[in-house]
Amino acid sequence: MVTKEYRTVKEIIGPLMLIEGVGGITYGELTDIRLDDGTMRRGRVLEVHRDRAVVQVFEGTSGLAPQGVTVKFLGKGVELGVSGDILGRVFDGFGRPIDDGPPIIPEKWLNINGNPMNPYSRDYPNEFIQTGISTIDLLNPLVRGQKLPFFSGSGLPHSRMAAQVARQARVLKTGEKFAVIFATMGITFEEAEFFINDFRRTGALERAVLFINLADDPAIERIAVPRMALTVAEFLAYEKDMHVLVILTDLTNYCEALREISAARKEVPGRRGYPGYLYTDLSTIYERAGRIKGKMGSITQLPVLTMPEDDKTHPIPDLTGYITEGQIILSRSLHAQGIYPPVDVLPSLSRLKDKGIGVGKTREDHANVMNQLYAAYARGKNAKELAVVLGESALSDIDLLYVKFADAFEDRFIRQGEDENRSIEDSLRIGWELLGLLPKSELKRIRPEFIEKYYPENK
Amino acid sequence: MSTNNQGEVVKVSGPLVVARGLAGARMYEMVRVGEAKLFGEIIEIRGDEYSIQVYEETEGIGPGQPVFRTGEALSVELGPGLIRSIYDGVQRPLDKIAAQYGEYIVRGAESPSLDRSLIWKFEPVAKVGDHVVAGDVLGTVRETKLVIHKILVPNGVEGTIKKIAPVEGNVDTVIAIVETDKGPRELTMVQRWPVREPRPVAKKLPPLEPLTTGQRVLDMFFPMTKGGTACVPGPFGSGKTVVQHQLAKWANASIVVYVGCGERGNEMTDVLMEFPELKDPESGEPLMERTVLIANTSNMPVAAREASVFTGITIAEYFRDMGYSVALMADSTSRWAEAMREMSGRLEEMPGEEGYPAYLGTRIASFYERSGNVICMGSDKRNGTLSLIGAVSPPGGDFSEPVVQATLRVVKVFWGLDDKLAFARHFPAINWLTSYSLYQEVVDKYANDHYNPKWSEVRRRAMAILQREAELEELVRLVGMDALPADDRLLMQAAKMIREDFLHQNAFDELDTYTSMVKQYQLLNTILHYYDEVRPALQKGVPLSRLLTLPVLEEISKAKLIPENKLEQFDELRSKVSEQVKGLMS
Repeated sequence: MVTKEYRTVKEIIGPLMLIEGVGGITYGELTDIRLDDGTMRRGRVLEVHRDRAVVQVFEGTSGLAPQGVTVKFLGKGVELGVSGDILGRVFDGFGRPIDDGPPIIPEKWLNINGNPMNPYSRDYPNEFIQTGISTIDLLNPLVRGQKLPFFSGSGLPHSRMAAQVARQARVLKTGEKFAVIFATMGITFEEAEFFINDFRRTGALERAVLFINLADDPAIERIAVPRMALTVAEFLAYEKDMHVLVILTDLTNYCEALREISAARKEVPGRRGYPGYLYTDLSTIYERAGRIKGKMGSITQLPVLTMPEDDKTHPIPDLTGYITEGQIILSRSLHAQGIYPPVDVLPSLSRLKDKGIGVGKTREDHANVMNQLYAAYARGKNAKELAVVLGESALSDIDLLYVKFADAFEDRFIRQGEDENRSIEDSLRIGWELLGLLPKSELKRIRPEFIEKYYPENK
Repeated sequence: MSTNNQGEVVKVSGPLVVARGLAGARMYEMVRVGEAKLFGEIIEIRGDEYSIQVYEETEGIGPGQPVFRTGEALSVELGPGLIRSIYDGVQRPLDKIAAQYGEYIVRGAESPSLDRSLIWKFEPVAKVGDHVVAGDVLGTVRETKLVIHKILVPNGVEGTIKKIAPVEGNVDTVIAIVETDKGPRELTMVQRWPVREPRPVAKKLPPLEPLTTGQRVLDMFFPMTKGGTACVPGPFGSGKTVVQHQLAKWANASIVVYVGCGERGNEMTDVLMEFPELKDPESGEPLMERTVLIANTSNMPVAAREASVFTGITIAEYFRDMGYSVALMADSTSRWAEAMREMSGRLEEMPGEEGYPAYLGTRIASFYERSGNVICMGSDKRNGTLSLIGAVSPPGGDFSEPVVQATLRVVKVFWGLDDKLAFARHFPAINWLTSYSLYQEVVDKYANDHYNPKWSEVRRRAMAILQREAELEELVRLVGMDALPADDRLLMQAAKMIREDFLHQNAFDELDTYTSMVKQYQLLNTILHYYDEVRPALQKGVPLSRLLTLPVLEEISKAKLIPENKLEQFDELRSKVSEQVKGLMS
C-alpha cells in the first residue's frame, strides 16, 4: 500500500490536529508525525470528512507548529508487536521498551482495539482465586476471568493492596502458568517505582509485563495504555495458555484523557463533562476480561480508580460499577483507624462469588459464613450508630454483643499484615472465632450441621 | 426521479458514516458500507447527504469507499428456528458466527438468521378452497417440546388457498399457494418484518390476567399483568439483573424473549449455561425450550445495541400474533437510551436533558406501547399478550434522571430497587414503600377468584403493617425499641416477619427461588395468623417477651422452604401457633 505524506496541517486544537487535502484516508488509521527537528510522534485518525482528517496526537501537541509537521498515514490501525519473550519487560505507554533490553521481535502484530468476544464463546468464570486477603477471599471472592475494580480515594493504600494481590494471588491448583500485566495511567513516579521494586523484590517481575505512563507523560497516550496491556493479555491467555492478571491503575486518569479529547472535539458532554460514550468506551476495556470455551488461559482484571471526593456516584465509579462484576471499596475511616487493608465490607461486592465457592472449590460452609459475617457486622455497625445517639445503656445485651463483634471483626478479620498471606482455611477459622462471640441461636444464616461442625465450643 | 444503487462515503466519525449519491434511498433503509460491506442503516437525509449508523466497527472505512443500497428497511426473519437461538442486535446467530468465524466477532460476519439446515414438519390447519386473510393460521410446526409454531398468512396477503399439504423441509419450503387478486402467491414458513414498525393487531384490550413470576414481593404486592408494562430501576449492585433473570425463568408466559442490551458478556453466558438446565415449573421441560436470546453486550457495536431492542420486540410480537402470552425483558433500557444519545451526538442534533436527544421520551413510549393484551389479526380472533419489563440503570442511582422519568411516564408497574436493602443483603432489594403497581385492582379481582377469596384482604393488611413499621422506625431511631408500647412492639415483630420470612427470597436456593401463588398466600396468611393470635393474648396479660419468643416462630421462619406439594403443612403450622398462644394463657 502506498503511504501518504502531507504537510497540510491547518489547525491544532488541544490534542487534535486538522489536516487538509488528504485522500484515501480511513477512520482509525495510525499516523507518524515527523517534526522538522526530526523527532517523531504518533497519532490516530478520529474523523475523516472528504479531504480533511482529524488526528489525535498521543504524545500531545505541545511544541507543534502547523508549518513544521509532516504527517504520514500508515494505512493500518494502531498495532502492537507481541511475542512470548515479552514477559519480564517494561514498556512506555505506547509499547516502546524502556528497560534497556533488546527490542521485541514480534511473533505477531495485533490491533490494540481487539474485537468484541462473542458472548456465545465465553466460558463462565468459576475458579476461585486465593488472594490471601480475608476480606476478598471470604467475603468478596475473586474468580478467574472476572473484572473486580478497587474503588479507592486519594491517599488510600490501593497500590499496596494491588501489589499484595499481584504477589499472592493463586488458584488452588498447581502447575498452571501465571502472568501479571501491570499498566499505569498517569500515576506518580514514586507509585510506579513502588510497584516495580515490589515486583523485583519478590521475583514477580520475570512473569510480568509492565506498561508505564506516568503523571508527567502525555495524557493522550493514556488512551492507548490499557488497550496495549489487554492486547498482550489476550495473546498470553489465549495463545500461550497463561492465566493473566491485569492490573490497571488509575482509570480516573484514563477517563480524564478521554474527556480532554471530547472537549477538544466540541462534543455534546454527558454528566460532569465526560463524553456520552464513556460507558461504551470503558466497556471495551473491562469486557476484555474473561475466559473462552476450549482455551486454557484466562484474563482477570483488577482496575484501580480513585473516586473524586470519595463519591461513588461520580460518573467514573458509577459507570465502572455497571460494567464490572462487583467492586472492592476502600474506606477512609478504617484507614484513619490504622486498619490495613481498609476494605469497606458492606458496600463491597463480588457478583461472581456464588459460582466460585463451596464444596470442591473452597469449603462447604463458605457461603453461609460469608452471609452470617455480613449480617452480623451490619447489625453491629447499626448498634454502634444507635449507641452514639442514645448512649450505650440504651442497647440490649445482645446488641452489646454485636458491638463487640463488630470491633473484633475490624481488628482481627479486616486487619491483616501487608505480607500476611492467609489461606482460605485461615480466613474461615478467623471468621468462626469471631462468630463464636455470638450465641448459636443468633447464627440464623448458617445451616445447623455447619454450626455443629465448626462453632468454637471452648470459649 | 432517478435512483442509484451505489454511492460513496464522504465522512466517517466512529459509528457514523455519511455518504452521498444514494438518490432514492429512504429513511431506515439498510445499506452495506465500504469494501468490507459493513451493515448500516440510514438515519438522516440532508439533500444528497445520507447519515448512516453502522452496526460494526468502522476502522478502515474512509471517503471514496462505496456504499451499497439494499432497498429494504432493517428487518428480521421470522419463522421456525427462533426459539433457543441467541442473536446479536441485528439478528445474526451468535452460535453460528462463533462456529464460522471463531471466538471474536469479526466485521462483515454473516450467517442466515434462521438455520436452513433444520428440517421442520409442517402440518396444515387450513384446507384447499379456504378463503384466508392476513394472520390466519395456515398450519403448525412443532418447534420445541414447549412451542407449537403457527405459520400465519403474512401481512398483505388475502385470497383462496389453491394448494396446501403436509411437507417436510427447511423454512424456505413452499407450504401453500394462495390465489390472490394479483395472481397466485407461494408461501413459505418464513417471513420478514421491518423492526421499527409495530406488527398490526385487530384490537387492543386492557390487561386482565396476572403475569405471575414466583417472586413473592412482586406477585403479592406489586403484581404485573399479561400484556402490561413494568420497569426495574436501580443503582449498580442492587440486583436488577438477578430480578430480570428470575422473571425470565419463572414468569408464566409461553414465550420469553430476553434482550441483553449493552450489559455484561458473562451475564449472557450465565443465561446460556443455566437455562438449558432449569426446568419450567409447569411442564418440567428446560426453560430454553421457550426462550429467544438477544445479546448485544456493552462492548459490541453501539448502533447494533440501539437496534437490539427493536429486533427483540418484533420477534416477541410475532409470537404474540400466534396467540401466545409473550414476555420480553430488556436489560438495560438505559444502555439503549445511551446508544441513542451517542448517535444523536454524532449527528450534531440539539441535545435535550443530560445530552439525551429531545425525542428520548417519544422513543421510550413507542417501545412500551408495543406491549398489550390484543385480539390478533386473523379470522379466529385469538388472544395474545405481550408484556414488557425494562431494567433501567440510572447514573448514581438517581431516579430523577431522564431515562427513569421518561419510563415512569409510560409504565404501569414500578419495581424500585434500593441499594440500602442490597447492602443489608435483603434480596430481592425491591423497596416496598416506593414501588407501585397500577394493576393492583385487576389482579386482586383475579386472585380472589382464582387463588383465595381472601387474597386482597391479606395483601392489604400486610402492606398496612409494613407502612406502619416505617413510621414507627423513625420513633425507634429517636427513643429506642424499648420505649415503644407493647402492641407496637408486636406490630414491629409482625413487620419483621413479613420482611424476613416473606419478602426476603433467595434466588439461588433451589426451593426458595420460585413460590406458587397459592403458597405465597399461605405463607403470608400464616404470618398474619400469628399476629392475630398474639394481640388478644397481650390484652389478656400474657407477657410481651413470651409472645415475641414463641417457639413456633423458628418454624415460621423456615416455612418458605415448605415444598409446593406439601402445602397442608401450613394448616398444621397455623394450628401450632394457636395452641402455643393458648398454652401461654392458661
